[in-house]
Amino acid sequence: MQELAITVIGRDRPGIVADVAGVLAGLGANLTDSTMTRLRGHFAMTLVCNGPEAGAVEAALAPLTADGQLLATVRAVEPDAGGAPQGEPYLVSVHGADRLGIVAAVTRVVEEEGGNVTDLTTRLTGPLYLLIAEVDLPPDTAERLADRLHAVAKELDVEVTLRHAESDLL
Amino acid sequence: MTAPIDDLAGWTPDALGEPGTPRTVVTAPDPALSRPGTEVDPCDPETVRLAADLIATMRVSPGCVGLAAPQVGVSAQVFCVNVVGHPKAVTVHGTFALCNATVVEASRWRPGREGCMSVPDLTGDVKRASRLVVEAQMPGTGVTVKFAADGFEARALQHEIDHCSGLLFLDRVAGAHAVYQRKVYL
Repeated sequence: MQELAITVIGRDRPGIVADVAGVLAGLGANLTDSTMTRLRGHFAMTLVCNGPEAGAVEAALAPLTADGQLLATVRAVEPDAGGAPQGEPYLVSVHGADRLGIVAAVTRVVEEEGGNVTDLTTRLTGPLYLLIAEVDLPPDTAERLADRLHAVAKELDVEVTLRHAESDLL
Repeated sequence: MTAPIDDLAGWTPDALGEPGTPRTVVTAPDPALSRPGTEVDPCDPETVRLAADLIATMRVSPGCVGLAAPQVGVSAQVFCVNVVGHPKAVTVHGTFALCNATVVEASRWRPGREGCMSVPDLTGDVKRASRLVVEAQMPGTGVTVKFAADGFEARALQHEIDHCSGLLFLDRVAGAHAVYQRKVYL
């Protein structure tokens, strides 16, 4: 058994998840972390599983991709060394008129301040572009990052907020 | 006509008559966390000991503001809460334990991100009432109380009452994208 990174994307239709998960279960591949969502009518699955050799998984998925409506990739990856991610969780929200380079500019500033994007979603609805990102920040960098994000947002003519994604232990 | 709302009838942990002993907290997927707790006799010595042990366990657990019996592997409707000093606290009733608690009124629903000692690696966004009226019995005395809690104390109460029903915050997360890996703070 080895850790596999699998992506599946294609025109959305009912049953894609069941089909793919069924193939993986049939091979004894155990689906671990995954995210699956619809992106403008395409259904995208990104998942990690523990399974047999990558070629065997690809071959088993081949009947699902034969009609050209789904694209699947399978790659063996090194397992994560483990340990929880470090840093303080923050949420970046950006919205405004769509234009080229918003994600690139915003995430570059995050990276330059030592932050790490752990989750990111963008949506384009009509003229409105929205970016929501979860980022882990090193201590005492949030204020500086907020200043830099506001500068970038001004250049891009979009609105940005940086909020602490605090959670309460109950 | 609103029913009269009392405070906790002067209850303090001293009413339990014993300091309690910390117990081991179980973590998901332990089946005890998914079993609805049974109603208890608040004056039964076993209930009193359980309440004292829950408070003792809460006190030795850093950051812990509440603990329910299923979290120590006991399927019973008993829990304790203490939000003293929490920055989001509005009402503060001190350290207390309740038996057979039920929500009588819930309003002003607010989203918030919460974690749980029994789900150590995840947090999730959960909508909870920020204004709550709870009815319960006090362990040791058996007195029935009905009291209002606001803000963070209301959230903590709902989280613990959920535990006593065999529910985790994972059962109430706001969506498929509303669960997060808990961070290690530097």
